[in-house]
Amino acid sequence: MSKLNSKWMGLFCLSMLLLMLISGCAKEKKTYKVGAIFAITGSASWLGEPEKKTAEMIKEEINAAGGINGHLLDLIIEDTVGDETKTVNAVNKLIEKDKVLAIIGPSRSGTTMAIVPIVEKAEVPLVSCAAAEAIVSPVAERHWVFKTPQKDTDAVIRIYEHMQDKEIAKIAIITGTTGFGDQGRKQLKKYAEKMEITIVADETYGPGDTDMTPQLIKIKGTNAQAIVNWSIVPAQSIVPKNMRQLGMTIPLYQSHGFGNIKYAAAAGEAGEGIIFPAGRLLVADVLPEDHPQKTVLTEYKKAYEEKYREPVSTFGGHAYDALKLVIVALQQAGPDRAKIRDELENIKGFVGTGGIFNFSPEDHSGLTKEAFEMLTVKEGNFTLTE
Amino acid sequence: MGNSYAIESQEMSTSIILQLILSGVTIGSIYAMVALGFNIIYNSTSIINFAQGEFVMLGGMFMVSLVGPLNLPMWVAFPIAVLAVTLIGMAFERLCIHPLKMPSVLSLIIITIAGSILLKGGAMFAWGKETFSLPHFSTEKPILLLEATILPQTVWILGIIGMVVLLLALFFRFTIVGKAMRACAANRPAASLVGINVKRIVLLSFALSAAIGAIAGIIITPISLMDYERGAILGLKGFGAAVLGGLGNPMGAVVAGFLIGIVESLCAGLISSHYKDAVGLVVLLMVLFIKPSGLFGSAQVSKLKKF
Amino acid sequence: MLGLVALPMVMRNPYYLGIMVFMGIYSLISIGLSLLMGYAGQISLGHAAFFAIGAYTSGILTTKAHLSPLPAFLAAIVLTACIAFLIGIPTLRLKGHYLAMATLGFGQIVYVALNASVDFTGGPSGFGEIPRIALGNFVVESQLSRYCLVWALVIIVLLFSLNLIHSRVGRALRSIHSSELAANAMGVNTSKYKIQVFVLSAIYASIAGSLYAHFVTFISPGSFDLEFSILLVTMVVVGGMANVWGALLGTVLLTLLPEFLRGFKDYDILIYGSTLLLIMIFMPEGLFGLVKKLRTVHGKT
Repeated sequence: MSKLNSKWMGLFCLSMLLLMLISGCAKEKKTYKVGAIFAITGSASWLGEPEKKTAEMIKEEINAAGGINGHLLDLIIEDTVGDETKTVNAVNKLIEKDKVLAIIGPSRSGTTMAIVPIVEKAEVPLVSCAAAEAIVSPVAERHWVFKTPQKDTDAVIRIYEHMQDKEIAKIAIITGTTGFGDQGRKQLKKYAEKMEITIVADETYGPGDTDMTPQLIKIKGTNAQAIVNWSIVPAQSIVPKNMRQLGMTIPLYQSHGFGNIKYAAAAGEAGEGIIFPAGRLLVADVLPEDHPQKTVLTEYKKAYEEKYREPVSTFGGHAYDALKLVIVALQQAGPDRAKIRDELENIKGFVGTGGIFNFSPEDHSGLTKEAFEMLTVKEGNFTLTE
Repeated sequence: MGNSYAIESQEMSTSIILQLILSGVTIGSIYAMVALGFNIIYNSTSIINFAQGEFVMLGGMFMVSLVGPLNLPMWVAFPIAVLAVTLIGMAFERLCIHPLKMPSVLSLIIITIAGSILLKGGAMFAWGKETFSLPHFSTEKPILLLEATILPQTVWILGIIGMVVLLLALFFRFTIVGKAMRACAANRPAASLVGINVKRIVLLSFALSAAIGAIAGIIITPISLMDYERGAILGLKGFGAAVLGGLGNPMGAVVAGFLIGIVESLCAGLISSHYKDAVGLVVLLMVLFIKPSGLFGSAQVSKLKKF
Repeated sequence: MLGLVALPMVMRNPYYLGIMVFMGIYSLISIGLSLLMGYAGQISLGHAAFFAIGAYTSGILTTKAHLSPLPAFLAAIVLTACIAFLIGIPTLRLKGHYLAMATLGFGQIVYVALNASVDFTGGPSGFGEIPRIALGNFVVESQLSRYCLVWALVIIVLLFSLNLIHSRVGRALRSIHSSELAANAMGVNTSKYKIQVFVLSAIYASIAGSLYAHFVTFISPGSFDLEFSILLVTMVVVGGMANVWGALLGTVLLTLLPEFLRGFKDYDILIYGSTLLLIMIFMPEGLFGLVKKLRTVHGKT
């Protein structure tokens, strides 16, 4: 009796289990596949690492909350190594093998430019985390491409406006020889005349350089009233140190590529007083309570810093905005690449870490110069300039 | 008025040139240290160790961990960091170089490159992808030298390089082991015949050059910062200095290192920084075209090493 | 060879074809390098420069001077050949590590120049909008058409090179490799042959560069750095540099390996390094040496 009973019991349990599985499957909706490509290793890994961590964090959050309209998010992350060929291969894999609905990244402008033709042809929406304006312009040829970092030109304008206030008219620029530094150099030169600023020295340094005193000595010999150090590589922190060594006391401006507190830490005492434009993420704590970005910024900052035990950087913020934008578009459009693109283009008033995004058919960047705040380094921390 | 302005600008330019040369010395001292490491291995094995730059990086990174999270005083951390990298250098030799039988020069190049990839990867996992800095050995306040300034750290670097060169010279001249290493450099089969354990000498040379690399990494990190990717570019510059000085000539390497540093600095300061990195190389190529074995290298030695 | 032709029939996925396209581009360069390294016994750590000159000449002439791709392609070849010739004369007199450093230095100088001459090359940001290759009305845009074009060129280059190896020139080259002194004594004009093969390998790299520019349609200096030169040499050595087929084998392995390692995330760097190390320790003759050994063992049984 007991033998028979247990046999039947077993069978019953098994069939129940099967039933649950089947019903579970039926309930479980298809996952939404989104690709992410970052420079996780290689010479730009300090850029790709926080982006990857951020994207993984958001994925976990969204799936723990039940996914997008009940569909789990399947985020496929690929490493570009900051290299164009590898990025092309990675994007081809995401599009042709994984059949993703949209792609976020890459981290660098150069690698983004290399894949723009591919996503345009394959008709896959791309939200880049790189800054160069050529990524989204001319917008007629960038139907499928969007980006989240603030514009270089806006950063230049904010810096120049700040200089005008301080009655600085003659400046020296020193830029890194990477895509980011090069774009900055071009925009700085382009807007100088319009804003009545004269560039009296134009120097560069490589990402692997260990000492910029020669360039600074040359600048010291000019009548520059301020220096703009435009770069995204860690070597940018050497410039303030070298200036201090040479006893140079003119103001130092940096770009939004300085948006990582570790760079300020690396510059040490010499970094005090650096002025630079950046999104509000770095000063989330000191923003007024009623600022529209306050909640988003403090929540992201708290979650990231608790999970990874390291300070947030604006770079991770770019990935936050990119993935959140794609998620918003997916909620509205469902699994259809063309509809996702259309939704992205119509997103208005999206509160991100970089600013408040307003996309339109004419603007795939979505941010204005108001997204920037002029920050400075005070006692080793970032704070708003007065 | 015009006259006084001219005098002032002239004074300015001499002080500028002095300052540029001092900067060049700072940059050059880094190249010189890396080039020294290349030479020690080259001398006893005729291997160009493309992982030399990684030893420099590791030296800096170990020091960062010892001084930062472990909070050791500098003078305690220094020897520990050097020892750690020395051990890694020996392990590198045992794992990568020792197992080879009759390797060709080209396969040795590829092997040291593979080794450098592993060391770099290991460092990425151990320290992550951030850039680190170290406190200066003494104050950061620049010293006024004539009309130019120099960082106390640069004085430290120069002093330590001087010590290393001196100790190496004494070691090679007066110790048995040093003499044995020189014998290996001069004639390997003959050295082996007179009872020198050539394999052990190879191990020793890797240990020694790893130690020198580590010292270089430790003393430059306060100035140049350090990250796991930095090894390759340092190795490249050091290789250039070693070749310019003439492979197998440690003094030549040091002189060439300073020379490249000064040329780069003068170019960046007086002409343009855009072509700075090319100028050192153009000088190097010109020298090689005129003197194919470098500034102080012997033509005979360079003929012996072929692929 | 037949497998090459048949491959796209079974492997339609553009992702895989795309990898095969890059593999073909690299093969063009590594075949030339193996002639230089394996047969003439000279090393070059600067071949990325010739790849760059090909790519930038094609790119600049087609976008800024609005030339069509074919004449730009030929101009690139002529320019590369001239530069290789001028560089080759003093450089190839150097030996061993000095030659390695000189070629490396040349490569770096070109790299710096690409970064610094912003007006001409677009600087570190590079430039895009390079037109695609068109044959009549047919635009080489799909991965399949690229695959066909690049591998057709690989086959032509391969046949030409094999022919060369078995000719008088090939014998002269091998005599340089075994002993340059003896070859000279025998009346072989070694420097002439060395320069010829150097120029030829540069031309192969230039062809590859032009294709790269028209396929990717965007170029920046980052793709032509020292790391790439080293990758090329590694392909030849890992494959077994004593043979053109070895170079091809090495290229196949080192193009596919990173794609296989994608799943390993950050650990790929360690696996990649270990693989290289193990190959060099256990197969000092490279992959092709192993193939040859297996073949003789198989032949005996």
